[in-house]
Amino acid sequence: MATTYTSANYKNEQGARWCPGCGDHAILNTLQKAMAEVGVAPHNTAVISGIGCSSRLPYYMNTYGMHTIHGRAAAIATGLKTARPDLMVWQVSGDGDGLAIGGNHFIHALRRNIDINILLFNNKIYGLTKGQYSPTSDRGFVSKSSPYGTTEDPFIPAELVFGCRGKFFARSLDVSLDISKEIMVAAARHKGAAVVEILQNCVIFNQGIHSLFTDKETREDHVIHLVAGEKMIFGKDKNKGLVQDGFTLKAVTIGEDGYTLDDVLVHDPHSENDTVQRELALMDGLNLPLAIGVIRDVEGPTYETDVENQVSEIKAKKGFNSLRDMILKTHETWGV
Amino acid sequence: MSEQPNVKNIDKVVIRFSGDSGDGMQLVGNIFSDVSAGEGNMISTFPDYPAEIRAPQGSLSGVSGFQVSVGREVYTPGDSADVLVAMNPAALKTNLKFLKPGGIIICDGDSFTETNLKKALYTTDDPIEELGIDPDRIMLVPMTTLLKNTLADSGLDNKSIMKCKNMLALGLVCWLFDRPVEKVLEKLKTKFAKKPAIYEANERVIHAGWDYGHNTHAGMPTYRIETDAAQPGIYTDVNGNTATAWGLIMASEKSGRPLFLGSYPITPATDILHELAKRKDLGVKACQMEDEIAGVCSAIGASYGGHLAVTTTSGPGLALKSEGIGLAVMAELPLVVVDVQRGGPSTGLPTKTEQTDLMQALYGRNGESPLCVLAATSPTNCFDMAFEAARIAIEHMTPVILLTDAFIANGSSAWRIPEENDYPEIKPRYVAGDLLEQGWKPFDRDEETKVRYWAIPGTEGAMHRVGGLEKDYKTSVISTDGPNHELMVKTRREKVAKIAEDIPLLEVEGNIDADTILVGWGGTYGHLISACAELNSEGIPTALAQFRYINPLPKNALEVLKGYKNIIVAELNTGMFADYLQMHLPGKEILRVNKIEGQPFLVHEITEGVKRELALIK
Repeated sequence: MATTYTSANYKNEQGARWCPGCGDHAILNTLQKAMAEVGVAPHNTAVISGIGCSSRLPYYMNTYGMHTIHGRAAAIATGLKTARPDLMVWQVSGDGDGLAIGGNHFIHALRRNIDINILLFNNKIYGLTKGQYSPTSDRGFVSKSSPYGTTEDPFIPAELVFGCRGKFFARSLDVSLDISKEIMVAAARHKGAAVVEILQNCVIFNQGIHSLFTDKETREDHVIHLVAGEKMIFGKDKNKGLVQDGFTLKAVTIGEDGYTLDDVLVHDPHSENDTVQRELALMDGLNLPLAIGVIRDVEGPTYETDVENQVSEIKAKKGFNSLRDMILKTHETWGV
Repeated sequence: MSEQPNVKNIDKVVIRFSGDSGDGMQLVGNIFSDVSAGEGNMISTFPDYPAEIRAPQGSLSGVSGFQVSVGREVYTPGDSADVLVAMNPAALKTNLKFLKPGGIIICDGDSFTETNLKKALYTTDDPIEELGIDPDRIMLVPMTTLLKNTLADSGLDNKSIMKCKNMLALGLVCWLFDRPVEKVLEKLKTKFAKKPAIYEANERVIHAGWDYGHNTHAGMPTYRIETDAAQPGIYTDVNGNTATAWGLIMASEKSGRPLFLGSYPITPATDILHELAKRKDLGVKACQMEDEIAGVCSAIGASYGGHLAVTTTSGPGLALKSEGIGLAVMAELPLVVVDVQRGGPSTGLPTKTEQTDLMQALYGRNGESPLCVLAATSPTNCFDMAFEAARIAIEHMTPVILLTDAFIANGSSAWRIPEENDYPEIKPRYVAGDLLEQGWKPFDRDEETKVRYWAIPGTEGAMHRVGGLEKDYKTSVISTDGPNHELMVKTRREKVAKIAEDIPLLEVEGNIDADTILVGWGGTYGHLISACAELNSEGIPTALAQFRYINPLPKNALEVLKGYKNIIVAELNTGMFADYLQMHLPGKEILRVNKIEGQPFLVHEITEGVKRELALIK
C-alpha cells in the first residue's frame, strides 16, 4: 500500500525569503516536485544544509531538516545517514559552502559513497556576504574582494567529483525546470553519493553569470541535454552532434564535412569507464556545449550499508547480549 | 643488600619498568599489574612514554617507562619507585630520579657496552659510579647472556631472542614480589596464541628470570603485598579510555538509543575510538571521519537522527570542534564530547597529562553558549562519568563535555563489572501522542526543567527543522527579535543551570571538621586523597572536595566551601578551577597549588604546597 504524495506535502507555511528573481525559488519548487515523484514520505526525508543563501532551503520544507554551520552539511548528513540508513537524506550547499570551507567534507562524502543527494547550487559568487568571489569564479573575476580581478583558477565541480571517483554527477540550470526535476529524481534513485550541480543565477551580485546557457538566443547552441541511450545532438536546428576525435570530443554539423548521424556518440551514463563522461562534464559551453542531464550514474558499495552490514555480521558472529556479557567472555576477570 | 632470608609483608610497593621504547616495558608493566589485580591488590598504573614511536635505540629520548603501584589503599601510581627496572644505561640515567632513597635497581649488566654508554651520554665507563648509585642497591643481572643461554637451542634468530629480554625482567620481578608465574603465563598464552614458538620461548625466559632471582639472590627479602577487602563481584582490569568507551555503551543500553561515534585519531584519546570500533559486536557505529570537525558534525547528524552521539578528542581537537558544539547548544541536541586532556597549547606535549582545557570546555565557543562540563577522577570513574555525560545529554537535551586526561586515560585499575541494575534507566523525552495533538513545536520545552522534547526523524507528524539561527521562544521559527534572543539566551543558560537539581551533592572527605579544605577536580583525585591523608597524619587537619561536576556545580558546593577558613585548590594548570571558584566566591581568598610539567602531581608536592600556602596566610 504505497501512499502517493504531491509537492504540496513537502511545502510548509514559511514563505521563502530569497530575493525576488533568485534562482533558488525555482530550485525549491522543483525539488518538492521531485520528492513527490520519488515518493519517500516527508517524515522519512531529511534536508541538511550549511550556510549561505541556498542553505536556507530546509526552512521551507515540510520534512525533517537542519540548517547547520558553514561548510559542514556533508559531514552532518553523513552522520545522519550512517545512523539512519532508512531516511532519504538530501544536502543543500552553495559553491562557497560546499567547495571552499566544506571542500574537505565534500570530497570525503564522495570517496565514502555515502547515499546522500547533494544539491550544489553554483552561482559563482558569495551572495549572503554580499558579493565576494567563490572557488568557482573564473580567473580574473572582479568582485568586492577581488577589485582587480582574481589571481586564482576555479574548481570545476564535475572535475572534483570525477577526481573523487564519484559515482553520480548531473547538471542542470535553475531555469530548466523539467531537466532539474529529472536529474533530482535520478539522484534520489541512485544508491550512493549523488552530486547535482545546478547553475543558479544570483540576481543581485552576479546577474547573468550563466546567461550564455539560459538566454533563448544562445542556449540551444551552447547547451546539450544528455539523455541515456540517445544521440548527443544539440543546436537550434538539432543538427549538431558530438563525435569522438582522437582522445577527446568534437562538435560537428551533421551532413557537413562527411559526418553523418551514425558518427554521433550515444550517451551512456552507466559506463564504468568514465573517460567519455569526464570529457562531457568538462565541456565549458564555449568550444563545446555545456552538458546538462545525468552525466555519470554507476553503482558502487555505499558506506552506510556496509557499516550496517558489518555491525550485523559481527554482532551475530560474536553473539554478546550486553556489555557485561562481552567483558566476561573476552576479558580476564576474577571474582572477589 | 639485606642479609636476612625472609618474606616481608608490605602494604604497597611501587615498581617502575624502564627501557627502550621498543623493549616492551608497557607490556611487562601491564602484565604485572593485571596479575597483581588478580591477586586482590589495588593497582594504579602510569605509562610514561615518549611522543616518538621509535626514537633512536639506546638514546635518552627513546626511554619508555611504566610505573605501577600495587597493594592496599592504592590511589596513585606512587610518587617514586621502590624498585626500578632499567633495561639499559639510558633508562637507568633518565629514571633514577624516580627511585626512592634506598630503593632497589634491577639492571641489565650486559647492556653497559661502550656503544650504549656513549648513546646515553655517559662520560665514564662506570655508570654506577657516575650516577652515584650505592653498589649494594643495584642488582646487575647479565640479562643478555642469560637470555642467549636460555634460548640457545630454541631455533629462534637473534632478533627474536632479544625481544624476549623483557620477560626475563618480568620473571625476576615476579620472584621478588611473589607473583604466580602461572598467571603470567596464562596471559602470555592468550597474547601469543597464534605464535606457539614465541610463547614457548617467553615461558622459558620467565622461568629463567625467576630461577635467577631464586638461586643467586636467595638472601634478599621477597615481599608479600597486602590486599584490600573489596566489594564482592567480578572484577577486571581497565584503563580510563576503555572505561570511558564502556560507560557510553552502558548508557546506550540503559537509554535504548544506539551508540554512534564520530571521531578522528588524536593522542591520547584514540584508544576510545579503537575500543568503540571493536564494539561493533555490541552494535556500536564507530566512524573514523576525515577530520575533527567531521567527527563532531557526524555525531550531531546522528544525534538529530535519534542516536546517543559521541565525539572523542583531545585539546587541539576540541578547539576545532567548538563551532560544531555551538550548533548542538543552539539546536539543543544531546551530544557527548570527550576531551582527554594533554599538555598544550597547540600541539604541546601530546603524550603528557595536564588539566588545561577547563576554560576551553566552559567558554571556548562564540556567543552565550553554556553547556554541561564533567570531569572523571580515576580510570574506573571514567566509566561512571561517561555514563553520566550521556544521561545528562539525553535527559537534558544538551551537549556535555567530559574532561578526562592522559594520566587517567592510560592508567588502569581493577574495576568491578557492573551488574544488571547497578545503573539507572536513561529516559529520553520523546515527542509523541499528546504533545503532537496539542500542536507541538520543536522548541517547546518542559517549563520546569527548560528541556525541549526530542522528535526523532521517521515520526509521522513531527517533521521539524533545527539549526544554528535563533528561534522564537513560542513559535520555534527563526527570529532576530532582540527581546526574544535575550529570553532564549537566558532559557538555555537556565536549562544547564537546572541540571544541578539532577546531580549528586558535593561530598567532603578526609577530616571534614578541619579549617582547611583541599579542593581538586578530575584526574588528580588519587594524589589529592593521598595528600589529604598524609596531611591529617602529620597533624594538619585537612578536608578534601574533589569535583566531578564542573558546570553546573553541585547545589551545595559553594555553601560547603564557604564553611572552611582556608580553601586550597590544587590542579595541573596555572589556576583555572581556582579562578572559576573565585568567580563564584567573591570575597573569599582561594589559595592555589599548581603544577604544569606534563606530569601528574607527586603527593609530596601537594602536601608541601598546602603547608606553604598555610604558612603564607599566617
